[in-house]
Amino acid sequence: MTYHLLSIVLFTPLAGALVLLFVPRAQVDAIRWIANAFALAGFVVSLPLWNFDVQAAQWHFVEKAEWIPSIGATYYLGVDGFSILLILLTTLMGFISVLSSWEAITDRVKEYYIVLLVLQTGMLGAFMSLDFLLFFLFWEVMLVPMYFVIGIWGGGRRLYSAIKFFLYTLVGSVVMLLGILALYFYNHTVTGVYTFDVTQFQQLAVPFNIQRWVFLAFFLGFAIKVPMFPFHTWLPDAHTDAPTAGSVILAAVLLKMGTYGFIRFSLPILPEASHYFVPLIVWLSVIGIVYGALVALAQTDWKRLVAYSSVSHMGMVMLGMFALTPVALTGSIVQQLNHGISTGALFLIVGIVYERRHTREISDYGGLSKVMPVFAVVFLIMTLSSIGLPALNGFIGELLILAGVFVVNKLWAAVAASGIVLGAAYMLWLYQRTMFGTVDKPENAKLTDLNLREFATFAPLIALAVWIGIYPAPLLRRLDTSVARVITRVNSVYGPALAKSNCTTPTAPAITRPPAPTPGAPSLDLTGFAACADEAAPKKPGGK
Amino acid sequence: MRLIWLLPLIPAAGAAVNGLAGVRWFGRAAAGAVACLAMLSAFAVALTASIALIRLPPEARAYDVTLGPWLPPIPLATAHGIGSFAAEWAFRLDPLATVMILVVTGIGLLIHVYATAYMMDEPRGGYARFFCYLNLFCAFMLLLVLASNFLVMFIGWEGVGLCSYLLIGYWYEKGSAATAGRKAFITNRIGDWGFLLGVFGVFHVFGTLDFHAVAQAVSSLPIEQSHFGELSIICLLLFIGATGKSAQIPLFVWLPDAMEGPTPVSALIHAATMVTAGVYMVGRNAVLFQHAPLVLAIIAIVGTLTALMAATIGLVQNDIKRVLAYSTVSQLGYMFLAAGVGAFAASTFHLLTHAFFKALLFLGSGAVIHAMAGEQDMQRMGGLRRFLPVTFVTMMIGALAIAGIPPLAGFFSKDEILLQAFSKNRALWALGSVTALMTAFYMFRLVALTFYGVYRGPSWPRHVPPAVGGPATLSIATAHGVRHPVDPDAHGLAHVPQHDLSHGPAHPVPIGPAAHAHEWHGPHEAPSAMTWPLMALAVGAIVCGFISIPPALGGTNALERFLEPSFGGTPAAATVEHARQPRADAEPATADQASNGREWALMLLAVTLAGAGVAAAWRLYVTRPEIPVRLAARWPGLHSLLWHKYFVDEFYGATLVRSTFASARGLWTFDARVVDGAVNGSGWMTRTVSWFSGIFDRVVVDGLVNFVGWSADEGSLVVRRGQTGLLQNYLLLIVLGVCVFLTVYLFAR
Repeated sequence: MTYHLLSIVLFTPLAGALVLLFVPRAQVDAIRWIANAFALAGFVVSLPLWNFDVQAAQWHFVEKAEWIPSIGATYYLGVDGFSILLILLTTLMGFISVLSSWEAITDRVKEYYIVLLVLQTGMLGAFMSLDFLLFFLFWEVMLVPMYFVIGIWGGGRRLYSAIKFFLYTLVGSVVMLLGILALYFYNHTVTGVYTFDVTQFQQLAVPFNIQRWVFLAFFLGFAIKVPMFPFHTWLPDAHTDAPTAGSVILAAVLLKMGTYGFIRFSLPILPEASHYFVPLIVWLSVIGIVYGALVALAQTDWKRLVAYSSVSHMGMVMLGMFALTPVALTGSIVQQLNHGISTGALFLIVGIVYERRHTREISDYGGLSKVMPVFAVVFLIMTLSSIGLPALNGFIGELLILAGVFVVNKLWAAVAASGIVLGAAYMLWLYQRTMFGTVDKPENAKLTDLNLREFATFAPLIALAVWIGIYPAPLLRRLDTSVARVITRVNSVYGPALAKSNCTTPTAPAITRPPAPTPGAPSLDLTGFAACADEAAPKKPGGK
Repeated sequence: MRLIWLLPLIPAAGAAVNGLAGVRWFGRAAAGAVACLAMLSAFAVALTASIALIRLPPEARAYDVTLGPWLPPIPLATAHGIGSFAAEWAFRLDPLATVMILVVTGIGLLIHVYATAYMMDEPRGGYARFFCYLNLFCAFMLLLVLASNFLVMFIGWEGVGLCSYLLIGYWYEKGSAATAGRKAFITNRIGDWGFLLGVFGVFHVFGTLDFHAVAQAVSSLPIEQSHFGELSIICLLLFIGATGKSAQIPLFVWLPDAMEGPTPVSALIHAATMVTAGVYMVGRNAVLFQHAPLVLAIIAIVGTLTALMAATIGLVQNDIKRVLAYSTVSQLGYMFLAAGVGAFAASTFHLLTHAFFKALLFLGSGAVIHAMAGEQDMQRMGGLRRFLPVTFVTMMIGALAIAGIPPLAGFFSKDEILLQAFSKNRALWALGSVTALMTAFYMFRLVALTFYGVYRGPSWPRHVPPAVGGPATLSIATAHGVRHPVDPDAHGLAHVPQHDLSHGPAHPVPIGPAAHAHEWHGPHEAPSAMTWPLMALAVGAIVCGFISIPPALGGTNALERFLEPSFGGTPAAATVEHARQPRADAEPATADQASNGREWALMLLAVTLAGAGVAAAWRLYVTRPEIPVRLAARWPGLHSLLWHKYFVDEFYGATLVRSTFASARGLWTFDARVVDGAVNGSGWMTRTVSWFSGIFDRVVVDGLVNFVGWSADEGSLVVRRGQTGLLQNYLLLIVLGVCVFLTVYLFAR
């Protein structure tokens, strides 16, 4: 049972889609109930993943089977703390988005739920695959359902947005495939074995010249998905025109594919190139933070504003990742979850009013606090979570990221922190324009507050936001080994400290060594991570 | 003392009850009772803990409670190797925190009681919402003052900012209130930017975020006497945070606007507690700041200038709450002046006395506003002492206290600050003294305009015989739905006044506590739930100065001695305390006498200045009210400068805000045109190229194929001619062929 846990989690949504195929399309309510049941089941079966061995540094719940032996591709699933959290986020947000569609989708209901459930399997597969070809398969599988979700059930210029989303991502992924193939053939020349095994790739010492090109190939694929400035313009269009559930999934999970790719593949497989490209990525991220926030400030469309806030937040995630310190990387991962929670909720919030008023223009609203008090509270909490108010989730991520970045470069931290000020500006201004003031539009006077189903979509997100904000320790502990695996690979300065803190009581080791590493001093320290016994005198920094 | 962690939790629980259940189901009495009960229990806990702490010997007066981990440790580089970034839910009760928790819970309790009556005209749900926010504020404030590390403090720090935002914008339907709340939050966020970076700097240098550990670590470092080193940068960043929270130059602009909130909020948050958080934070890190004397100098200068600037603005404002708001900014400036000259104890002492008299003045102004049905313009008041005897007397006490008239509280604390400033820098002292003069002036201008002179407010319908009112009056009263809820006079039918339609436009404020939904019948004293807190605070404003009587007056500076351990008691502190230190010297008597003499002289001067301020205000606003008008006419530029608050808001609006919005719009255009233009352009290029290749495909590639077909077609046409099907032709061709062959064969050989 436990042995096949990942497969069960992976295929539960697909099974739901298969079952739906046999339900007559007229039975709309039955379709809805079945889809919701399978989505909920998908979440429930994924819950046991939470109880993995936090201390153990290996891959958990591994499954391996032959797939295409002739080219060395295998059905190889395995997870660590990082992917487990993303999987849990995916199953939860998947369920929430299915639940939120109950009344919003009335056209082609059967196809809609089938597509949504297939999408769910695609996303889960990408987070679980330890075989690069399998990952790529799931990566591409995700595209098609999302394309349909935007193109068929969207609004506005939905065809334009759907095609833009599809093509833009496809361009990136084709280039990424070239990178994968380069690694594949390089691995063959070194080991004589044809394999797509990611864990094998992570052991490789790829020459810097190849690393650089492969990194750029991966970068294009992942940066478009994140999206990083200046590859972000598909995002506002896709978000604005997608139906609510599509936006929620897009923001909460699909964007994480890019960041997941960076952390799982780019950093550990290409450590020297990662170092080499730190300035490029950091500056794009920092620009993205400020730029996204400023553009969000100029928006008149509620949903587009949230979409641009995503650009800003994902810039923060990328910045934390490429600071290459354990604290910042932990913060980056936490912030990915936070972004899923708070931005997902913000899209749900837009969806709630859009369903009632069929407009996204901010100026069409005003004074909603009066008529929708519960909604106002939910929106307020999620706004505060989004702007990183302490004791809510957003703060934990931003704090860790900025703290981890500060020790590397104070200027980066200072500029990035200004994004927090701007974040408060655009979110609170949005809140004021929509929620405060008097109800001056007669259409708004009769709006109904959240019903029980709608509240149920928010309740878990609010609970998570508060929990992560007040007691993030269980979450952060689950990331220790994942972060250690990546950081020891790319930034050996932290190797001994990480090895130590993972085994013994976490006290600051009294190591005297030169201050923070400078980017561009690449080093490979493969032994530091694996050996918990490595508590002897620290190695020389830089490992040259 | 083991239960100090309960302190933030009790009001938080009150907020939760009111927030989850109260807004739906509670009546006003229940909601108010829950909130007040929470504050009462918090006060009891605070009092118990404080007594327990005071009973300890001075050097043992610190108590730590750690609830559990918040951020588990993760390795992170510091300046001295790899440290570990971590934070715990940890609280610390020491003398400084003791003073603060007593202020927050004690004054908080009084203001809660006051608010139960003041907010009575609010709808039921709104009433519970108000008390939910108010309780939540106290919870965060207690978290702030009890925190034993920077990050937990930051939770409280931002949390009080949130509550301030919510409470300023409590009447959210009013655009100006919502905007003021947002302005407060964002301005504070700018300060928080500095604070957060300062915190990172602290970690980078010290490898820990615990206040105590930082203080211990820093005391072994050299004082950055003349250069601006990393400690100075850290302190400067932290001070930027303090300027945001405590409304100092350059981030003071939010506080006057914050007066859009209900008056109890102004009293609690924007006078007594939250705005002092910056002062508290500097005091909490006294040892750290003492190692950055240059930053201390900046703090002293900023504090003095803020005090002076705000006091000058306060001279001419007509809105009663705005005068008090600028007065608060000014008094906070005093506190920073004290901190800047190293007199952290004096700073905290003034924080304490200020909490009493400023809360008193705000609550008093609330009673006035309540009496005037929402009117805040002092031009439309006057002569109110006849109507509001209790409010008048208590506010008079508050005004005397803030003006620094002995033996009220403000005298002792302000005198202490000026004395310390004098010994450090004469210019600061001089500016501080001028500010003291102006403080006395604007405060008694306020008292004179409000309580003396002739009544200038709107008239109100006088009592009419019950017979005239009769059933018609009754029906109007019920149509309004509310009787005067707080004035016992209104409860008798005989006093229900005639409905006067012409009365409406005189009070155009649609939303507000005292925008009575019912008939207003002239200024009236507030109900006892409001006057009792006034009286209690007045007692505090009289006596709380006595807890720290300077030695020159025969006292022992008890509060300062009590607080000393919190400020480290380092050598740096000793040099600051030079006025007192000589007592331990070989010739205690002479040194003592000399310093006593100087203190006496300074005190006398301060009291004279205060008296002069009072007298001037009296002359200008009671005996000769035409003088101020003439003065304003003679110097219109100066008056306009002060009236418009030095145009700082306009300046920020024209530079910072405008440039931000301009760049936002510019970037949005850039995004749509250039960045997305590139994407769409490449799409367009692809389509264009594909169109051309389509043409090429059709014309050239397919043309070639078709040409082959066509040429075969055409060629076959030609060839077909030969295929006549006639045997004779074929025979002829054969013969011809044979002939040709033979010819070639024979001759070509």
